[in-house]
Amino acid sequence: MWFTQKKKEKFMHFAFFLVAAASVAALFMITLFLFLEGIPIFEKVGFTEFLFGNYWYPTSEPADFGIFPLIIGSLAITIISALISIPLGVMSAIYLAEIASARLREIVKPIIELMASLPSVVIGFFGMVVVAPILQDTFDIATGLNIFNASLMLAFMSVPTICSLSEDAVYNVPVNLKEASLALGATQLETIFKVTLPASISGISTAVILGMSRAIGETMVVLMVAGGAAMVPESIFDPARPLPACIAAEMGEAPYHGDHYYALFAIGIVLFVFTFIFNFVADYISHKYKQTGDATL
Amino acid sequence: MDKKLKIRSKNLNFYYSQFKALHDISLDFYENQATALIGPSGCGKSTFLRCLNRMNDLITGIRVEGSILIDGKNIYDPSIDVVSLRGRVGMVFQKPNPFPKTIFENVAYGLKIKGIKDKNLIAEYVEKSLRAGALWDEVKDRLNNTALGLSGGQQQRLCIARALAVNPDVLLMDEPCSALDPIATQKIEELIHDLKKSYTIIIVTHNMQQAARTSDITAFFYMGKLIEAGKTDTIFTNPALKTTEDYITGRFG
Repeated sequence: MWFTQKKKEKFMHFAFFLVAAASVAALFMITLFLFLEGIPIFEKVGFTEFLFGNYWYPTSEPADFGIFPLIIGSLAITIISALISIPLGVMSAIYLAEIASARLREIVKPIIELMASLPSVVIGFFGMVVVAPILQDTFDIATGLNIFNASLMLAFMSVPTICSLSEDAVYNVPVNLKEASLALGATQLETIFKVTLPASISGISTAVILGMSRAIGETMVVLMVAGGAAMVPESIFDPARPLPACIAAEMGEAPYHGDHYYALFAIGIVLFVFTFIFNFVADYISHKYKQTGDATL
Repeated sequence: MDKKLKIRSKNLNFYYSQFKALHDISLDFYENQATALIGPSGCGKSTFLRCLNRMNDLITGIRVEGSILIDGKNIYDPSIDVVSLRGRVGMVFQKPNPFPKTIFENVAYGLKIKGIKDKNLIAEYVEKSLRAGALWDEVKDRLNNTALGLSGGQQQRLCIARALAVNPDVLLMDEPCSALDPIATQKIEELIHDLKKSYTIIIVTHNMQQAARTSDITAFFYMGKLIEAGKTDTIFTNPALKTTEDYITGRFG
């Protein structure tokens, strides 16, 4: 036969290679494009001046391209939202996996997972029309659209992911490990904190990464509720202009291949480096604590 | 019987939801003796074993009738503290289940749970327990390596040492050798022989020879009922009932 089994096999290998190569190539091109379009700004503005400059006035004459306030805004919102979402997500996961009855777990878990599918624009809208006025009245502040509101909304977005994935990790800790602990006279709480959690820490950190990576690159929510002021915030009730929101808001009006345009791409590079470092660290943590043998998840 | 009574099971009935797994089990266990529970799979011997440290409490929908007295106290009395009960009644499981921690930490776990903080004291107890578990010489140079790197037999002896560390009176063993090779099995059996000098041992086993070799008393379970119990020699050479004889000689089960 002309079309032998072996040739068929080879052809399939090649076909799969092409498909895989196409996606990798696309990603590579996007990265290349990002760097090519971003780097020209550094001929105009120094690298440190760009990163640590305090003023972002891209349309003034002469223009100022300092993104330090944007970086601080992004970091502040991400860190505060992490401070809210990680304990909330992980603790609800522990409750669902270890303490709640099987019936409650079956009802609550799908509801939490459903929350993850809320479109970000809906969450942003909610933050704008519901949360902002409440914050404004409660804390007697100038605007409810601020870092705290954005952090709250981002936390709201990442809790379902963190909770659902952590719950899987905790739930999948082999029951014989828990039994070993209980049989030694440990209480349920001691077992959770000294055996179950350490055994699922790799899965939990993956959950945190995925939840946080949804938050760090999130654009729509921060665009809608962070307030948009490009200044270094002094309190959590100050408005901020995170990196992604800045790109989204300004790209439409930045003249093609102008300084502003290049600067926005350079912001993209910074954001890319941030998420890259974040994923790298998280990956390292999850591998470092990965357990082999019986307790492997 | 000149031995001291340690555990008395009185008319114990056990249900998984609707299913009655144990029928009216009355059985005594004496101090410093090894009792073997034998019987075909699903006969209730493991369920019975797990009643003795209330491990079955973890399963939803179970129900217990009757009583189990340990040192004269009913462990199913509502006033009983299950956590401290499990501290006194240690358990070794069918599959070795060391924690994914270091060898040292595995043994130290129960000590820390008990609230012992003195590092020297912990180290001392860890060594003592590992010696009692006949594992010290093999692991003394790598106490800080992960326990998961040990062989199956070593892991099981580590689990025994871990159970001994909290200083229980009773040691329950649920088919402790079923996942092990013959050499590791022999080591554990020798260990059981030594341990019964200081502990009350109850061992569930599928291996007839193991029951004969390790135990003083043998109890034969079948279909959730205790069929016959008595001195191991008697049960294996001259059982009173036909069912027991059939099982021991391998005619069923």
